[in-house]
Amino acid sequence: MGLSVTLKKKVNGFSLDVAWEIGDELGVLLGYSGSGKSMTLQMIAGLMIPDEGFVRSGSKAYFDSSEDLDTPPQARNFGYVFQDLALFPHMPIMRNILFGAPEVPKYEKLLRAQEMMDAFRLTGLENRYPSEISGGQKQRVAFARALIRHPDVLLLDEPFSALDQPLRIEMRHFLKEVRRRFEIPVIFVTHDFNEAAFLADKIIVYSQGGIVQMGSLAQVSAQPASPEVESLVKSVAPSLRAPEEAMFCEE
Amino acid sequence: MDTGTLFSMRLSLQVATVATFFVVIIGICVAYLLARQNFRGKEIVDMLFTLPLVLPPTVIGYYLIVIFGRNGLIGKTIYEWTGFTIMFTWYAAALASFVVALPLMIKTTRASIESVDRNLINASYTLGNGELVTAFKVILPLAKKGVIAGAVLSFARAMGEFGATLMLAGNIPGKTDTMPLAIYSLASSGEWTQAHTMVILLTIMSGVFLYLANVYSKRGT
Repeated sequence: MGLSVTLKKKVNGFSLDVAWEIGDELGVLLGYSGSGKSMTLQMIAGLMIPDEGFVRSGSKAYFDSSEDLDTPPQARNFGYVFQDLALFPHMPIMRNILFGAPEVPKYEKLLRAQEMMDAFRLTGLENRYPSEISGGQKQRVAFARALIRHPDVLLLDEPFSALDQPLRIEMRHFLKEVRRRFEIPVIFVTHDFNEAAFLADKIIVYSQGGIVQMGSLAQVSAQPASPEVESLVKSVAPSLRAPEEAMFCEE
Repeated sequence: MDTGTLFSMRLSLQVATVATFFVVIIGICVAYLLARQNFRGKEIVDMLFTLPLVLPPTVIGYYLIVIFGRNGLIGKTIYEWTGFTIMFTWYAAALASFVVALPLMIKTTRASIESVDRNLINASYTLGNGELVTAFKVILPLAKKGVIAGAVLSFARAMGEFGATLMLAGNIPGKTDTMPLAIYSLASSGEWTQAHTMVILLTIMSGVFLYLANVYSKRGT
């Protein structure tokens, strides 16, 4: 199905101008803070309106400035995991997850939620509130909630940035597991090349509202297009890159 | 307690309850629009709804007479069609209380709706929920503290309403004399014992409401 976007937007002196497409794979938007990665995600989800451009997945267009098309966020079947996860503090875990599938019939919805709870190791937490569970569990709830309505695209805005290192690594494995279950385009925003190296099928490097390089992990790390990309790539601790990365390049 | 005091107390509670009921419904709608929608003249609408907070009650009473009086802008039509006028009835007391209490509800509710985390609202949309579900299941529950505090404050304000009520409903013993009006009559005719009782009662009731408003606005969601 894939996802293809072309976005132009000017706000408060910042200007974003990007165009890229990915297939049913994991694309990482890599770049320093303020390079326009999160903004891109918000525009894909419909939370921010681009000045110009389009957002398409498969044959379906969600936004197209040339046709005056702007589908509201609730009508785009995109899963979104926010940086702060945005779990509803006033709802128990089960209700949080069920809230992600308003249009699915009740019986089906409960079935799916139960499946998610099992698959994401959340069983037993149904009636707990977000404030009563651990950081890793919150992450998995946020993923379950974003995935329960079987989205066409999954958007992840630095979802692991608040976690400490061991948990981050655990969550990266978890995300790979998620990808095996759902064969959809996944956009992962991060400024951490380690994360990108471990997860990405395709890396799109952002800088100051534009794209400086696009390609596979091997391409980007072997031939960084600019000193900035090089410094992003160099921030990788070699020990973390080793075996999985090699496996990854073969894929 | 004599029958007059009891009547005034009951009437005050009745007036404040009815006024608060409408204050809550209309206050939430107006506050929601002001907090969540951008439209031209928004701050002017806010100013108009806040004016009763700062205008002298006599001025509010005057406007209400101009609008709802027997020869008023709306009151005239109502009187011609139904033969009913709100003037000098307990409904008038409720209307006056409604107008002066509404700004308190709008202010507190608007502030608490505006303080709801933007990401939670966006999350609701991206999960496929429309405006209405997001309002009732996410925004209002998270703004609950402010909504309840606003309602309690409005009730307390409605209980204490005097000036506009006097102009619109008059001070008719056994009909429109709410506690503040009855206290005025008792004090001006020198019936101090009864006045004392009512003053103390009203103070205690208002104190309790303010206390509740504080407790609610501080309590977690």
